[in-house]
Parts: sequence; C-alpha cells; structure tokens
Amino acid sequence: MTYLARVYITLRPDINDPQGLTVRDGLHSLGFGHVASVRAGKYLELTLAADSETQASEQVTQMCRRLLANPVIEDFRFDLLPPA
Amino acid sequence: MKWAVIVFPGTWSEHDCHHVLTARLEQRADLVWHKDADLSGYDAAVLPGGFSYGDYLRTGAIARFSPVMEGVARLAERGGLVIGICNGFQILCEAGLLPGALLRNDNLQFRCIDTYLRTETCNSPFTNQATSGQVLMTPISHGEGRFYADAATLARLNAEDRVAFRYCTPDGRVTPEANPNGSLEHIAGILSERRNVLGMMPHPERASEALMGGEDGLVIWRSMINAMQAARV
Repeated sequence: MTYLARVYITLRPDINDPQGLTVRDGLHSLGFGHVASVRAGKYLELTLAADSETQASEQVTQMCRRLLANPVIEDFRFDLLPPA
Repeated sequence: MKWAVIVFPGTWSEHDCHHVLTARLEQRADLVWHKDADLSGYDAAVLPGGFSYGDYLRTGAIARFSPVMEGVARLAERGGLVIGICNGFQILCEAGLLPGALLRNDNLQFRCIDTYLRTETCNSPFTNQATSGQVLMTPISHGEGRFYADAATLARLNAEDRVAFRYCTPDGRVTPEANPNGSLEHIAGILSERRNVLGMMPHPERASEALMGGEDGLVIWRSMINAMQAARV
C-alpha cells in the first residue's frame, strides 16, 4: 500500500533560530506586532510503500533518525496519510 | 607519508589543499573521489571545504553516506589523522566523528573574511608546532559555521582540552566582536576524543603562502607532518 508521510523538522526549542527571529521582525515591520515568535523549520512529503500503517510509521521514524533530522539540533514529527 | 584529499560532488577547496600539501610542503597527496572507500594506503585525510551535495537537507548530511566516509572512519580508528575544514567539519559532525553541529550564522550572512584564532591547546597532532595561545590569521568563508553542542558536550570538550581554536581579536583576546558566526564559546575548531580528528571552520590552506596574504595556516600542516614523522620513528 502507498502512504503519504508529511514530515515536520524543527530546531530544538533551546537552539537560537536567527532566521525565525528575522522573519518575526519582518512581520512586526508589516504591522503584525502581536506575533510573539517565529521558528523556521523544514517540511518534507514522502510517498512510500508499506504493508501497514505501523510499518510505514516505523520506516519514517528510522528515516528521520538516520538522515532527515539531526538529533543534535532538531526534533521531528510526522503525519501519515492512509493509502489514497 | 601520504595524504588523501577527499572530493565530494560540490567540494571546491580540494585543489587549494592539494597545492599547499604538494607544492608548498612537498608532501605526497592524491585527490580521492568520494566513491572510493579504501584509504588503507594513506596516513592522513583532508576533507576540504565546499558545498557537498549542494548542502541539501543540512550541510554535510548527504556526504556522510558517501563510501569514502567508511574509509575515513577506519583511518581515524587506526590512528591516522583526519582534518575537516569548513564543509569538511560539517561532514565530520554529521558522521559522528566529532560532536556537535554547525548552524546558520547568527548574523544570517555568508562571511568571507579574515579571522584570528587563538590556539587553545598545543597537545594535538594539529597544533604541536604552535605556541600556547598563538594567534593564527586564517580566513573563513561560510554561511553555516555557528558551532553548537549541548551543555554537557561543551563541558566535556573543555574538560578534556579538546577545543583547538577560538575566534579572537588580532591580539588574542576572545571577545564577542571577534566571533564571526555566533559559535558557542567562540569555538572555531575541536578535536575528537583520541585527538586525531580535527574539525575547523576557518581555512588554513588559504593562509599557507605569503602570496595569499599570510602563512599562519602552515603551523597546522607542519604540526600534522611532525606528528606523522614522530609516529613512524
């Protein structure tokens, strides 16, 4: 079966994110002064074949741990969409 | 003694490193393509700067899976010397041969400037020809060089005397103004646990000839040559 994984990779909360700070400042300049913080991250969509949702979930977790995210600096989470 | 200068797709400093090693220091050095996993004939490996795999995903993230990285790991295991410069440092961190990670510069700029490095330890194969605290003028050229490690890792690096270089002023003061990228504790280069792997963001190969504006980088190459000669005796 084919699954779609939507993977979100974010800097860990304790890590300074100058890109996010700069985007926040830009939003403030536009008049959105109520924006308290912005954190930049990455979004990936993976299409993969797996026998079950459990197997797909295990595979994506491994991919995140071994390549897609760097555990020293990043957290990850993902949604798995059932076969179309 | 034989050097391997590793070339990944997107590496751009390999010829500078090879030139300094061969023409300036009369060493035997080969350019080694990243598909070659066998470094058994080499005593030292240089991972030069560049943008391996276009910096896709994260700097160094894809390069660490190149076959040659198995050879680099084995070389380090048997006590050979490995120096990662700029992108090479990023790759060594991604590969787990060095702790920590390199993040986007805190100023969000790509910085291509001369920096000054204070030599924090002479007890390494890369700094044995330096004097304690010696300041080395060495250029940087990067957008993602902000060294990060968690508090426990930083404490360990300090306790084990594994910080090789910190950014400093020309007269050797470590100040926030001298830090070009926001690296934690102004760290510019670190050593592995066994001290035979060095990662550094600045480029010693670009400061190894007077014609290029300075030759402080020679201290690092000559330290390596000295260490390898001593190991052969």
